[in-house]
Amino acid sequence: MSAIGQRTKFSTVFLPILAWLVALVFFFPIFWMVLTSFKTDADAVKPEFLFMFTPTLENYTNMTENYDYWRFAVNSVITTVFATAFTLFVGVPSAYAMAFNPGRHTKDILMWMLSTKMLPAAAVLYPMTFLTKNFLNLFDTHFLIILVLSLINLPIVIWMLFTYFKEIPKEIIEAGKMDGVSVWGEIKDIVLPLAWGGLASTALLCFIFCWNEAYWTVRLTTTDAATLSKLIEGNRAPEGLFFGRLSAVSTAAVGPIVVLGWFCQKQLVRGLTFGAVK
Amino acid sequence: MASVTLKDVRKSYGDVSVIHDVDLTINDGEFVVFVGPSGCGKSTLLRMIAGLEDITGGDIGIGDVRVNEVAPSKRGVAMVFQTYALYPHMTVYNNMAFGLKQAKLPAGEIDSRVRAAAEVLHITEYLSRTPKALSGGQRQRVAIGRAIVREPEVFLFDEPLSNLDAALRVNTRLEIARLHQRLGTTMIYVTHDQVEAMTLADKIVVLRDGRIEQVGSPIELYDNPRNTFVAQFIGSPKMNFLDHSDLSSANAKALKIDPKAGIFGIRPEHLKPTTAAKALISAPLELVENLGEYALVHMVTESGREMIAKMDKPPKAAAGDMIHLTADAGSIHCFDADTGLRI
Repeated sequence: MSAIGQRTKFSTVFLPILAWLVALVFFFPIFWMVLTSFKTDADAVKPEFLFMFTPTLENYTNMTENYDYWRFAVNSVITTVFATAFTLFVGVPSAYAMAFNPGRHTKDILMWMLSTKMLPAAAVLYPMTFLTKNFLNLFDTHFLIILVLSLINLPIVIWMLFTYFKEIPKEIIEAGKMDGVSVWGEIKDIVLPLAWGGLASTALLCFIFCWNEAYWTVRLTTTDAATLSKLIEGNRAPEGLFFGRLSAVSTAAVGPIVVLGWFCQKQLVRGLTFGAVK
Repeated sequence: MASVTLKDVRKSYGDVSVIHDVDLTINDGEFVVFVGPSGCGKSTLLRMIAGLEDITGGDIGIGDVRVNEVAPSKRGVAMVFQTYALYPHMTVYNNMAFGLKQAKLPAGEIDSRVRAAAEVLHITEYLSRTPKALSGGQRQRVAIGRAIVREPEVFLFDEPLSNLDAALRVNTRLEIARLHQRLGTTMIYVTHDQVEAMTLADKIVVLRDGRIEQVGSPIELYDNPRNTFVAQFIGSPKMNFLDHSDLSSANAKALKIDPKAGIFGIRPEHLKPTTAAKALISAPLELVENLGEYALVHMVTESGREMIAKMDKPPKAAAGDMIHLTADAGSIHCFDADTGLRI
């Protein structure tokens, strides 16, 4: 009885406190960033002004007026939306083929796709930059960023969709075959409606990954196709003198995705656990 | 309606052969049941007829057409799956109409076919529900309805009653029998339950390890099983198998039992109590299962074989007491000890 009592106390008092502490540790940098974005660059570096300061919108007006925030934001939206759409366009038929018509090497192909995620990006930085700049003439184009974002997310998207499609009973697909449905009809009328939740989670995660991507978007763009990651990068000063400005840019860059994530928490958790949470 | 012919049909996965040279003719309008233990290849054979499984060799014909390369939906067959395999996101109506829409039938025709089938299966009131809101039995009726609306030449049933509870199974079995009576369509039905096979079939096909062991009417299989496997598979409780040493030699001679046979098969219902002097078999009583209508008397013979006798009344004996039994000469099946074949 006492053991149960202790456990109850542990789970009702101690665990929530621990959860709050962990949440605060994770949340604090964001909180600090948002707070700092309303300070002047001079106030931002003074510890005594951590909470007590005169809020200003100076950084935000400065950002939109002098740093072309909207152009970067539009580029982010374009590349993210098109890359997500293209990734799903390729990923859905691929995952369908592997889930419902597996061959002898399907498992190997899946493992190989995942293994490409283990390749250090820096290893191919030079060939990518060189080729896109000097041969393909694609450097700093939306097309290149969409292509790169699609390719780096395709393995995880196919894996996720494959897992969701696998949950659909084989007999339902066979019933479709008996009913004379075409391959496209099978995807459209049976597979996608049944895997709708999974598809939404996958699309959402892909969207977030594309939006957050910084390594390639910073290195393969200069101005025309530059995304918000590039804007943050551009406002980074090694001396750390412009914390206010940098914080405003960062807040404006992560804002949309944080709001999106907040509204789609449930789908995201399902997506990240590959459907294990019902 | 159509006949189905299988000629030298084979199936293998790599080096593993699962169906070996099956030859079978299913006549137009016949109700054929494939029966056998799990893993015998009965479902695979059915799926090969449906077109859901490729065949490695041989020919499958439906009507006069060789269908080896014909798509499942173009074979004129409809299949009812063990797990119902209804489309969970569609209403009952759309589940039944889906195949007809794929065939691009006029909307009016689709509607009348779906409503007619729903009427027959008493599911009209559920037409706007999704499968989730139906019980197992109702779902299975929708699955049957989905097959009916296509007006197939051959119905294929893959263990359709396995997921239903016992009472519902009996009812649905009757409904399927009635359906066959009314439509007169060729039906092929897979089950591992010999009671379903006996009650539904015009013709039973007993399969073991991908080979046909025997084909015949239920009563032929019951009366004249070709080997010990079929003998034991058809009939419940199973046929008793006895050795020479289990029989009283004098009384065996009197019944003119084939002395060459190594195994003697007697069905539990054919064993009759008698006196010690007239007994063909005497064995100590192990236990009695009294089912009211009849009693199953369990014994272990001298050679160590388990034996069951089905009696009208339980014997007045305690465990260990000798039970004396005999049978008519005509109901004793003789098999070769090595091959298991009927002599």
